[in-house]
Amino acid sequence: MRVGSQLKIDALEEHNFASQFDVELIKRDFPIFARKINGKNLVYLDSAATTQKPQVVIDAINDYYINQNSNVHRGMHTLAEEATLAFEKTRDQVAHFIGGAKREEIIYTRNATEAINIVASSWGQSNLKKGDRIVVSRMEHHANLVPWIMLSKRTGAELEYIPIDENGRLRLENIHKVISSNTRIVALTQMSNVLGTINPIGEIIDFAHRRGAVVLVDGAQSVPHMPVNVKDLDADFLAFSAHKMLGPTGLGILYGKEQLLDNMEPVIFGGEMISEVRYDSAKWNILPWKFEAGTPHIAGAIAFSKALKYLGSLGMENIRRHEMELTAYALERLSKLDHIRIFGPTDVKDRGGAISFIDADIHPHDLATFLDSYGIAIRAGHHCAQPLTKSLGVNATARASLYIYNTKDDIDKLIDGLKGARKFFNYE
Amino acid sequence: MNEPIDDLYRDILMEHYRFPRGHKKVAEVHMHNEGQNPLCGDEIEIAVELDGETVKDIYVSCMGCAISVASGSMLAELIRGKTLSEVKRTAAAVKGMLTGEENSPKEDLGDLEALKGVRNYPVRIKCALLSWTTLIDAISARESGQKVLASTTE
Repeated sequence: MRVGSQLKIDALEEHNFASQFDVELIKRDFPIFARKINGKNLVYLDSAATTQKPQVVIDAINDYYINQNSNVHRGMHTLAEEATLAFEKTRDQVAHFIGGAKREEIIYTRNATEAINIVASSWGQSNLKKGDRIVVSRMEHHANLVPWIMLSKRTGAELEYIPIDENGRLRLENIHKVISSNTRIVALTQMSNVLGTINPIGEIIDFAHRRGAVVLVDGAQSVPHMPVNVKDLDADFLAFSAHKMLGPTGLGILYGKEQLLDNMEPVIFGGEMISEVRYDSAKWNILPWKFEAGTPHIAGAIAFSKALKYLGSLGMENIRRHEMELTAYALERLSKLDHIRIFGPTDVKDRGGAISFIDADIHPHDLATFLDSYGIAIRAGHHCAQPLTKSLGVNATARASLYIYNTKDDIDKLIDGLKGARKFFNYE
Repeated sequence: MNEPIDDLYRDILMEHYRFPRGHKKVAEVHMHNEGQNPLCGDEIEIAVELDGETVKDIYVSCMGCAISVASGSMLAELIRGKTLSEVKRTAAAVKGMLTGEENSPKEDLGDLEALKGVRNYPVRIKCALLSWTTLIDAISARESGQKVLASTTE
């Protein structure tokens, strides 16, 4: 099967895969689905937290440590050369994947969170002062909220929020007041990890640019699930994580326009990020390495190449279409359960496959534990968006989130599980 | 009903969840604390009326899952009439039972024994401990004469 999967991926590159988005075949590429959870087949509905990994990605990690292990950009030997080439090749792939960025514009980070923190600490610190404004929305993940709260405290710049309506969409009618002429940066999620909402990020970028503000797009949930093109969007910064798109944990990407990155100071100092060091001073390396101090996640970057290849072969348009279909099905089935309340937009055109809901009587944690006993993995809690969850009038929600390996059968099992929970907890 | 999950959600636990004890406000508040489990957003408020060093009455209000609500309810039932040092011993015994620590004090924990099943669900242990942590922090604060700070089970 391993070899088969590998061959399949290679073959995919030569054939158009669009017409054969076959989930059963896809599922076979993910060894975790062979596992039993509490004696049941795994129904994995927590991909917004992290996705499962295909065998090709897992093999690539092993292969690096078995056959290529060495440090990058330093060694004068075969292993180091091979590792450096593979490590840098992924950077080119990432640049291509998000719409033809330059390789200098792709910074490896630990995760999307670190990518956002780099922008807040570096760009934010040097460009913001008292009287300036930072704009975020009320649906941000803590990763795209706390760095800006802290930056606002440090610089004295005010933090303003784009409000959301009862359906979980941004309220843009007063956007001209929120993104004011003193706004320097707008940091906004492209897809909410709680509500699933896909925000009209292009329009907001255009508006912000007219006001002279730069825009950071939190793409942690969007980049894995739909085509994202930084050139079309004219995004100034884009942050996302490899592990939410089939790749390994511990690797994130910061895209930034070259001219912006060029003028930014690094925030972590050490090896690799310098060009010349004296005992009393140092000069920074050129992009992208200026921001990559210390030995990076080499195995992770090399394996991420396989993840990008896998997604590229399936086609991001097809992935989006598959998830729209599944999301529509899930919303339809969930909405027929009287005791379930769904949050977020109901039209799949402007939402992704992260679906938050609550049961009128059963706490999300109890629901998650019950479903887990049937092998169904969902998330329960505030999903690292506590202010948003509170604003929905609850302390926690349950969340089912979808990806390329999910089927209608998975949704059916979820629905059966939710019905079963009502019986188990004696509400029916 | 032999599924492991039945061992977690025992009838007695569910009964406490549905009809939690200690939901009436106490006449006079001598100890008060609010606890939170930041991971899940569960919140609890505890107020204690003392007669000297003895718990005369207790108010527990918990917004949370079945485990945390039931645990808080059992706490309210169990500690009424105990001295604060007895309460601390009981809390240590509950913690020991939930985490499986060998050297923790043993005592008859009444309905709380029903929470034993939580031991097999590590992520839920914090739910069961929330009320106890919140109460113990209130006692410690009282002993050291400090202002009570909100507790968390992080």
